[in-house]
Amino acid sequence: MIGLTHQILSGLAIGSIYACVALAVVMIYQATHLVNFAQGEMAMFSTYIAWALIQAGAPYWAAFFLTLVFSFAMGMAIERWLIRRFERAPVLAVVIVFIGMLVIINSLAGFLFSYTIKSFESPFPEKFALGNGFMSPHELGSIGVTFAVLGLVYAFFRFTPLGLAMRAAAQNPVSARLVGIRVGHMLAIGWGLAAAIGAVAGMMAAPIVYLDPNMMGGILLYGFAAALLGGIDNPWGAALGGFIVGVLENIAGAYLVGEEIKLSVALAIIVGVLVAKPSGLFGRVLVTRV
Amino acid sequence: MAAVLETQGLCAFYGATQVLHGVDLAVEAGGITALLGANGAGKTTLLRALSAMVRREGLIRFEGNALKAREAEDVARLGIAHVPDGRGTFLDLTVEQNLHLGAYTRRDRSAVASELERAFAYFPRLKERRSQQAGTLSGGEQQMLAISRALMLGPKLLMLDEPSFGLAPLVVKDIFNILRAINEEEGVSMLIVEQNANLALNLAGYAYLLETGSVVISGPSSAVRADESVRRVYLGY
Repeated sequence: MIGLTHQILSGLAIGSIYACVALAVVMIYQATHLVNFAQGEMAMFSTYIAWALIQAGAPYWAAFFLTLVFSFAMGMAIERWLIRRFERAPVLAVVIVFIGMLVIINSLAGFLFSYTIKSFESPFPEKFALGNGFMSPHELGSIGVTFAVLGLVYAFFRFTPLGLAMRAAAQNPVSARLVGIRVGHMLAIGWGLAAAIGAVAGMMAAPIVYLDPNMMGGILLYGFAAALLGGIDNPWGAALGGFIVGVLENIAGAYLVGEEIKLSVALAIIVGVLVAKPSGLFGRVLVTRV
Repeated sequence: MAAVLETQGLCAFYGATQVLHGVDLAVEAGGITALLGANGAGKTTLLRALSAMVRREGLIRFEGNALKAREAEDVARLGIAHVPDGRGTFLDLTVEQNLHLGAYTRRDRSAVASELERAFAYFPRLKERRSQQAGTLSGGEQQMLAISRALMLGPKLLMLDEPSFGLAPLVVKDIFNILRAINEEEGVSMLIVEQNANLALNLAGYAYLLETGSVVISGPSSAVRADESVRRVYLGY
């Protein structure tokens, strides 16, 4: 029983990282109806920037927030200079661009920082005052950081004029432009936010999976599974999906399939959801008149 | 006639297809101008060309200056509000959020607040439903919302694309009466696209009739109404 509780709690912790990745994926999906396959590599690259800043002597949280700023700028730049050129391109062309970005960012990180696996520090103390033995301070801290991210994103979209304009631009771009909203800027800001949220996931994941150019591969797969499970058009469903997938992965890894093939659990979830409930647990069923 | 907006030789294109062929049009300042024509005559395209939503050529003059705005959002920022066909409602947002989006480009909060009250005064139904999701409104209420959203911009010119589309005759009558009131009380110039020629000619001072992308008849509404061919084809008596 204690073992199961432990698996569930640590599943929630890793799930919080999937939740952030899923949220980043959904944010771009909602605005453009495209799934950014390079989301994980962008997060990985951001994590290297944080690592470099810490190596250069920056305190952890200063490096953390500087990395968010860097990631935001990187996301915006990628949208403005690269993705925008494919605005009217067929979906398949954009998919190829995303895969190309994945490979390029991966190689660039390897070239700049080498493929050697590096350790990445956790901002949370080794021994926790309230330590209950079930969760490490880093696990508890990751969950806390994720909830902070979710809260900030919710407040941004719910209470600020810019957040409202971004929702309007995503829902009805034509009408948004007619009230004077610069839809192009909104897309760029959406990419920036997604990149920053992904960076949080990367920095929370790195102390667990260690830092190397391929660190986000499995995590991105779980993030996609989470987004599909929760509903790719519902950010809160996707975040909840992250936690569910984290717990399922851990339980399956411990009791059902073993550690070696537990990554296949993500694939099983994706396939299962697509077959049983294509719109996800909390997604909307799109009905189109033909 | 003093014109708030004028076009000379306006052409519009969808890809390689030319839809408007040199349209000369003037929208009376402070008045209501109607744009009539059958399906596919180019009425909607003309509004889209004015809003820079389609590729266009020719001269457009707004308040005496050449309209250089190249993007739809820049046209809106000049004070030209466009209620598109299909009403352009943000279905998943509330009525009040829709209205606030209409005033997105305005920074003066107290002016926006009084604009909101003004919209609610014209359309009390919207006030009752202010926190309801816009997608749950009836067609008539969505049209009221679309007009109010456009008014939130504080427009100098209001362009409406078929405000009567798909609505019951009584609702249409209500909406057209309110449009007339808005025009008389606020002096907002209007350019209204309508298929229902009778309705439009009752409301507007001037009218233009488009056929396959060109103006075939124009003038004061009474003259257009009296035209033999308009009477037979568009008014049906």
